[in-house]
Amino acid sequence: MRSIVLECLRYDPETDAAPRWQNYDVPFTDDMSVLQGLQYIKDHLDGSLTFRWSCRMAICGSCGAMLNGEPRLGCENFLRDYYPGPLRVEPLNHFPIVRDLAIDQSDFLAKLESVKPYIIGEPPKGPYRQTPRQMEEYYQYSQCINCLLCYAACPQYGLNEKFTGPAALALLHRYNADSRDQGKRERMPVINQEDGVWGCTLVGYCSEVCPKGVDPARAVNQNKIESAKDYFFRFFRR
Amino acid sequence: MKTYTRPVTGTWWTRNGFYRWYMFRELSCVFITLYAFILLAGLYRLGQGPEAFLAWQAALASPASLAFHVVALVLVIYHSWTWFKIMPKTMPRLPVPDGAIVAGGVIAVIAVSAAFLWTALG
Repeated sequence: MRSIVLECLRYDPETDAAPRWQNYDVPFTDDMSVLQGLQYIKDHLDGSLTFRWSCRMAICGSCGAMLNGEPRLGCENFLRDYYPGPLRVEPLNHFPIVRDLAIDQSDFLAKLESVKPYIIGEPPKGPYRQTPRQMEEYYQYSQCINCLLCYAACPQYGLNEKFTGPAALALLHRYNADSRDQGKRERMPVINQEDGVWGCTLVGYCSEVCPKGVDPARAVNQNKIESAKDYFFRFFRR
Repeated sequence: MKTYTRPVTGTWWTRNGFYRWYMFRELSCVFITLYAFILLAGLYRLGQGPEAFLAWQAALASPASLAFHVVALVLVIYHSWTWFKIMPKTMPRLPVPDGAIVAGGVIAVIAVSAAFLWTALG
């Protein structure tokens, strides 16, 4: 059986002043994901290694990490593709580290709440009606699993954590673009603020790393047009 | 809760190929701006009279100026390419594929440049 060295960034808030590296030699078969490699370490080599995971199939968005410097899900990347290694596994960039590979997501969760990610408006008497074309307007954005790879990819978020960021803005657009929603007015302040869409310089890496084919860069930049329109047309509104 | 936040250093953009190309795109603006100033200077010299304009033209033929123009041309081409590559993301949804928008932009640049060269050299 082949083996690969996983260089994991460790941080124990109770004993460490700063993170440190620890290497593990992990035997693997061709069908083993990076997440399974981490689970092997936890089960057989070092039970103290901390990381998040749940579904093992790119649905829950829990196991995001920096794999050789790129934000990826541990469950859908395979150890064989990093052979002969070593493979560097770090917690997602730009987030505070709670312990080892687990990061603190509370900043994102507050931002997600601020974009009101739910359908706003009076529901119709019967069922909602929506054509396939209307659904197409928002469908790809609704595939977001909040894995935060896009935040780890976004240098603007790294440099200024106040920036609302790719996933929250993509989900904002997901509801604004939905024909059933009437909450655009309530969400415009989030788009218009200094740290809303204008914090984006279109690096575009967020869309590149998304494991679900969401295009946050597109959502953000289409809303620059909306924000500009909102600014100029405010004189014509009552 | 005690956490550790890793600092973002000034060399963040060297870590990854995607970031390096992004910074190269941003840097290319500097050369495009310098080129625009050279053209503006030409316009200003034209306003001063024929001798002034000829002096400006002579200055353009210096080796340093030629080297700058070659670099600027390469960067303008790269910048135009990146500009059109991200164009579909910055406009409202159209009923055509992204590739068609990118190709349309690139073809338009080539056509306008060719027409301009034709007029200038012909």
